[in-house]
Amino acid sequence: MTTLIILSVLGLVTLFSEIAGYRKAMLPLTFLGLILALAASAMDWNTGRHYLGEMMIVDNFSIAFTALMIVITIAWFILSPDFFHEPSSRIDHFSLIIFALIGAQLLTSFGNMIMLFLAVEILSIPMYILAGSNKGNLSSNEAALKYFLMGAFATGFLLFGITLIYGETGSFNLAEISAALTSRQGNAGAMVVAGILMILVGLSFKVAAVPFHFWAPDVYTGSPTVVTAYMSTVVKTAAFAGFFRLFFICFSASSAVWINTVWILSALTIIIGNITAVYQDNFKRMLAFSSIAHAGYMLMAILALNSYAQQSILFYAVAYSISSISAFGVLLAVSHVTRNDSIASFNGLARKNPLLAFITILAMLSLAGIPPMAGFFAKYFIFTAALQQHYTWLVIIAVLGSLTGVYYYFRVIIALFKGDVEGAEIPMTFPFKATLLFISVAALLLGMMPGWIAGLL
Amino acid sequence: MLSVLIFFPFVAALATLLAGENAKRVALSASIAEFALCVWMAMQFNPAGGTQFMVDCWWVPSLGISYKAGMDGISMLLVLLTTFLVPVIIYSSFRHQYRNAPLFYALVLTMQMALVGVFVALDGFLFYIFWELALIPVYLICLMWGGADRVRITLKFFIYTLFGSLLMLVGLIYLYLQTPGTHTFDLQAFYKLHLPASQQGILFWAFFAAFAIKMPIFPFHTWQPDTYTDAPTPGTMLLSGIMLKMGIYGVIRWLLPVVPLGVTEWGTTAIVLSVIGVAYASCIALVQKDFKRLIAYSSIAHVGLISAGVFALNIQGLQGGMVQMLSHGINVVGMFFIADLLMSRMQTRNMDGLGGIRNVAPAFATYFIIFLLASVALPLTNGFIGEFLLINGLYQYNSWMAAVAGLTVILGAVYMLVAYRKIALGEKNKLTETFADLTMHEKAVMVPLVIMVFAIGIYPKPFLEMTEPSVKNLLDIIHGTLVR
Repeated sequence: MTTLIILSVLGLVTLFSEIAGYRKAMLPLTFLGLILALAASAMDWNTGRHYLGEMMIVDNFSIAFTALMIVITIAWFILSPDFFHEPSSRIDHFSLIIFALIGAQLLTSFGNMIMLFLAVEILSIPMYILAGSNKGNLSSNEAALKYFLMGAFATGFLLFGITLIYGETGSFNLAEISAALTSRQGNAGAMVVAGILMILVGLSFKVAAVPFHFWAPDVYTGSPTVVTAYMSTVVKTAAFAGFFRLFFICFSASSAVWINTVWILSALTIIIGNITAVYQDNFKRMLAFSSIAHAGYMLMAILALNSYAQQSILFYAVAYSISSISAFGVLLAVSHVTRNDSIASFNGLARKNPLLAFITILAMLSLAGIPPMAGFFAKYFIFTAALQQHYTWLVIIAVLGSLTGVYYYFRVIIALFKGDVEGAEIPMTFPFKATLLFISVAALLLGMMPGWIAGLL
Repeated sequence: MLSVLIFFPFVAALATLLAGENAKRVALSASIAEFALCVWMAMQFNPAGGTQFMVDCWWVPSLGISYKAGMDGISMLLVLLTTFLVPVIIYSSFRHQYRNAPLFYALVLTMQMALVGVFVALDGFLFYIFWELALIPVYLICLMWGGADRVRITLKFFIYTLFGSLLMLVGLIYLYLQTPGTHTFDLQAFYKLHLPASQQGILFWAFFAAFAIKMPIFPFHTWQPDTYTDAPTPGTMLLSGIMLKMGIYGVIRWLLPVVPLGVTEWGTTAIVLSVIGVAYASCIALVQKDFKRLIAYSSIAHVGLISAGVFALNIQGLQGGMVQMLSHGINVVGMFFIADLLMSRMQTRNMDGLGGIRNVAPAFATYFIIFLLASVALPLTNGFIGEFLLINGLYQYNSWMAAVAGLTVILGAVYMLVAYRKIALGEKNKLTETFADLTMHEKAVMVPLVIMVFAIGIYPKPFLEMTEPSVKNLLDIIHGTLVR
């Protein structure tokens, strides 16, 4: 709760200081606020408090995810300083990002369906604006509009589902819904079935699971790169945390209703995400499809739905977020010079800038799931969780999918060593370099010492 | 002690990265020090004493993953091979000026760490990590210093082998979930599982796919000739001399004793595939014009024979496999060095245009014929001991298989001697006239290899004795399970 208050105050302060013209003070202030929020979050560890009549339940699951998202946000602020100075952006990014973070935090700690809905909205609306923040650019506008329409559509489904569940069980409270559903012992009734499937559709839109993924590639490609980086890390993590939390607490009793659907969603997401990513020449678009594919793997944790799966989805979120934020960081630095996002713009980076090349290699290996990177353990945990529940075929599909993944991630690594050294030097500030290096080393260390995170929950 | 043996090459790799100009000397001295350490450990090693130099501590306790490693005779032999070959490979590469040399040697040493780790790991997860870790350095070596078509070929190689590894990972996780109580990846726990035959059959394929691709066994071999040909010679030597043994070692340690019922069910299939591979690769080798490709195919033939002998599941077959792994490692590195010398002097690997080199470079021709005869298994060379035991073991299993496999020994002699005739005999021509004989450095690379060729060929007893108790122990485990 303290975290929420700190973040809200921070959001308002940055909003007003933008208006009042204190731009210079904002960055240090934001860091201070985020670090305070992180500390406040850590203080709540193992307390398990309820707030506002179980509207919010701060348990270790939500704290772990919140902490992850705050850390990623801090890294994001360090990696994207240019964004705030570009003339094309006249929107208050600071407060929008902070407000999105508030939504993300709520999405990991809701105890009530209303809160879930509010959290999704608080998270989404700033992202719609940010997607269109490059106003002069047509594709940025297109991204914002597409994101908004699809997002609104998805929220409609979500809300309709919530209403149906409320109509049947008479409650918005997750624990009460769960108790009501458990007492029916599998005999769910049409309204519950429809409600759960509606919610599933709504959330699948949000996490970009196939076949509800069509918005993702265009939005990822069209938005400014920094916004894409935020979407594919913090927003994605929050959406999955919320997804998992809802189904874990609420719908595990009536799993017969949705388990086959999620199985198919997961398999389709893995297959289509990976295969489409193979054909992309644009790095950002490739990462968009790869993020779809990763959503497929994370859906496997929702299938497994036990405390082991809880650990594994947290580890996956950590590994995926840190690897993709470092990939986006490299892209930011590279595209700053080349002014385009194609994979070819990485050509010759190994000789031009060995540090960036090294970071790219680590990020790609981690995303591809090659040991000893964190991404490997993430996949390992998820696969083990799924095998425990005897989803052997899905694991085999996932294995083949990650094999396909190797192909397109390695295209980037190959590009690093290809071609001649040309183009200007890539300017990088010290904090930028240090953060990127720190994140990459963290991905490596987590791969060697996975116990640090895996034992948390 | 064992941890030092595993991780010293990695520390050395970091040192190499920082060494700049002196990188290759640092790498060479580090690898020699590693070999000395290994020899010292081998002298303390008691073959009858079971698994020695054990280290066992938790790595990720909550998941039952431990850092558990140790060496019995089988591991000892392969670690000796690895630590012996790496300095030779590093020294042989001194002829070339590699761009970005520190990185090159650091990758070779990192690879060595992973290889040693694979051969000593006794925890399924640790084994898998090292297994995968071995792939990345050699991939980068081939990618950065390989031939013209390297991008396509190395990616095929990487994805192909990763496919097998991932299947193995699924198999390992499956075994892990079957272990009683708090799950564990401990090899000993896997040995005690005794799963039903139907599950073992599936697990057999999960593991066999990984190992068969690595070796490679027909029909999983298609990545191999291209990769061997296009990789830089030290990379080829690492792949063929050592990495190939990972597959056979995997079969011996992680396949046969873990799923013995699966092996009884599918072992014949594996042997048939191996023997087909032997015959098929020999036939292709007969018509090769490119010398490096010829060695690549002959390597498939040799490794097929080893695998067939190992799957025969008797003491001769397994012991033959052990000695032959050692011999093949030495011979194939020698052969690839010869090929590299030819290539760099003649700018071609096509044998048709050559001839008469014996007249201009007698020393070269002598070393060439020694390695060549060793790989066609002439008595008194190392190849003979291994092939004799392997065919003996295979004969006890099925005489027809042994007949086909034996036939290919003759084919082997044919294609190798034809190659020798084309390259070294006959009249010298314009191209070969200027062929310079061996320099001191090149001789120094080959002398240790030649010594080993004859040492194993004339007096193989110490090596056989080193592995015999472990092999017997392994067979006891397998047959003990089958009797149950």
